[in-house]
Amino acid sequence: MMSEAIKIESADLLDTLRKARDEEGYTLLLDITAIDNLYKSHPPMTRFELVYVLRHSNFKDTRIYKVPVSDPKTGVETVSGLFSSADWAEREVYDQYGIHFQNHKMLKRVLNHEEFIGHPLRKDYEITKGQYCTVSQDMMDEMQPLLDARNLDMEKDELMIVNLGPSHPASHGTIRTLVALDGETIVAAASEIGYLHRGFEKSCENHNYNQIIPYTDRLNYCSALMNNIAFAKTAEDMLGVTLPDRGIFIRIILAELSRVIDHLVCLAAGLLDMGGQTNYWYLFNPRNNAYDFLSKLTGARLTNSYMRIGGMAYDLYDGWESDLEDVLVKIDFGITESLKMITHNRIYNDRIQDVSPVSAKQAIDYGFTGPNLRASGVAYDLRFSDPYYYYDTFDFNMVVGSVGDTYDRMMVRFEEMNESMKIIRQAMKRIPDGEINVPDKRIILPNKNCVYGGIEGMMNQFKLVIDGVKVPEGEHYGAFEAANGELGFYIVSDGSGTPYKVKVRAPSFYHLSAYPKIIEHYQVADAIMTLGSLNIIAGEMDR
Amino acid sequence: MDLSNTNLLDEAIVTTKIDAVVNWGREASLWPFVFGTACCAIEFMATAASRYDISRFGAEVLRFSPRHADLLVVAGTVSYKQAPILKQIYDQMPEPKWVIAVGACASSGGFYDNYTTLQGIDEIVPVDVYVAGCPPRPEAILDAVMDIQRQLKREPKFEVRNTDFKGKLDDV
Repeated sequence: MMSEAIKIESADLLDTLRKARDEEGYTLLLDITAIDNLYKSHPPMTRFELVYVLRHSNFKDTRIYKVPVSDPKTGVETVSGLFSSADWAEREVYDQYGIHFQNHKMLKRVLNHEEFIGHPLRKDYEITKGQYCTVSQDMMDEMQPLLDARNLDMEKDELMIVNLGPSHPASHGTIRTLVALDGETIVAAASEIGYLHRGFEKSCENHNYNQIIPYTDRLNYCSALMNNIAFAKTAEDMLGVTLPDRGIFIRIILAELSRVIDHLVCLAAGLLDMGGQTNYWYLFNPRNNAYDFLSKLTGARLTNSYMRIGGMAYDLYDGWESDLEDVLVKIDFGITESLKMITHNRIYNDRIQDVSPVSAKQAIDYGFTGPNLRASGVAYDLRFSDPYYYYDTFDFNMVVGSVGDTYDRMMVRFEEMNESMKIIRQAMKRIPDGEINVPDKRIILPNKNCVYGGIEGMMNQFKLVIDGVKVPEGEHYGAFEAANGELGFYIVSDGSGTPYKVKVRAPSFYHLSAYPKIIEHYQVADAIMTLGSLNIIAGEMDR
Repeated sequence: MDLSNTNLLDEAIVTTKIDAVVNWGREASLWPFVFGTACCAIEFMATAASRYDISRFGAEVLRFSPRHADLLVVAGTVSYKQAPILKQIYDQMPEPKWVIAVGACASSGGFYDNYTTLQGIDEIVPVDVYVAGCPPRPEAILDAVMDIQRQLKREPKFEVRNTDFKGKLDDV
């Protein structure tokens, strides 16, 4: 199964996207990326092509537009006027591929540093060519237009410019936000990311499909297994294979457990930021129990690398049910105790209710997905709208908030943990016996008896390890409901064992692009809570 | 009271060297600054939480200002973009100071051998202990703290450490 893209000319881009949004209902711009066709064996007419991924407001249909770019210096018209999410997405394409977007208000690098020369995702940029950065930018080029637009003057209005981050205890990783303060109130803000840009996408172009699995672990390192599954599932969709039922159920159990762990870390850290240290212990310690279970199963606590294209490394161990049930009981206890302390706590409620609300319309415009979008009252969850892996046969609820403030974003996560545990318990009852991997020699390594006992098995192993799993030529956008929102992989395959291009549609990237806008008019202490409630994971945001 | 009575003073006074006393005190009161960037920072959170409990080694007073800290824990990948910030933080810490590179990325760049990742923080700041792992288990981070404590005991006298270190960003 491959995604079908609609080809349009760059001159029609703006009109087509406007029509798609206003008349056809494609209101959510998921991602923008580019493809460098330099090394393709049958290259199209132009070297660069832009890819726009949109989602319909029924959250079922995905539409992909492809736009050839005749000259990267001239580029194409920006769509950031139509979709706010396009703002940073276009900046990233400019940064990584050097494609210009006409009339973009602030077209500058977003992931790489300002002293960087060249565009790293172009095929002729060498992967190991690092460039030292000597100074950090002062960001006033972004701040000044914001102040001008608000008719503010640094001197006259007695404003103070403060850096929140990049090394800040509550910045949850390395994120920098420059704020202009009037007293304690934020009047303008601009965020800078890219401090944890680790070249995921370039590394993907230099490793075969199974070698990429460990890299996906480190995207959202709070729920590593989920990234594994999302990537493996996208590649499997391209191969046109489906896992045996036991494999699917193992994936469901581990994905939902990862979602719980992710939310636990988010809430523990968020509550710690507002001084609720006891909550931190209650929520963080059961996570350690979950990691004990995962280490027993996969050999690693955090970065598990357990999935493979077409299955997983090995089956569950004997006695996993009682271990997992024990973990669930402990998590349940932690959540109950934590909720006891905060549900009717004035300090908690007063501090975060009605702070940085995001309306449903705004949230979609910003490209929000996952718990942050559901907090705004939009009933969108891929497990419901496009149920993969038998999710439609489980009995669980979608958790939806009402006003989309910091309170909603946190409470949606609390409730989602209970729903995920419901799914895990049902899956534990229903999991069948049988094979876990796709029975296909071209995808799954043969067992060791065959490898050491016969030439055919040995060659099979050799070819799979050296060449990798050969994914048929084509392009596919695979979406997965990860802990933070829609985690998408746009994979371009040239038929070899190494992907020609992989683009990650990371939910945190879009959440943070909205962050400087939604913290305006609130205080610094509120901004810290808002950042915690958005659950920004730098690994997947910066990639 | 007759102070010339040496027998009395024998009971009350222990003679030792000043370095030994100061190092004995330092050893059990390291104040870490956690430069947490990525996955390793999550494991550091686990190290500080109650199960692994870094306070058993006297290093639980996590400082969020480098000027208060004497142990820099670099937990996670450091990119070229981040290198000047790491250097600034290191420079802001008062002497004497120690540095732990937690995990493969901080130690050597790990499997991110690419255009954006610094190939080990020892290109920028001097490192005292490297911790293997991706990410290391909390026990390994505790072991690194104990290693620093052992090194610290051998510090001969009060002086600025690593004066001969020259980092890639030191001239610019």
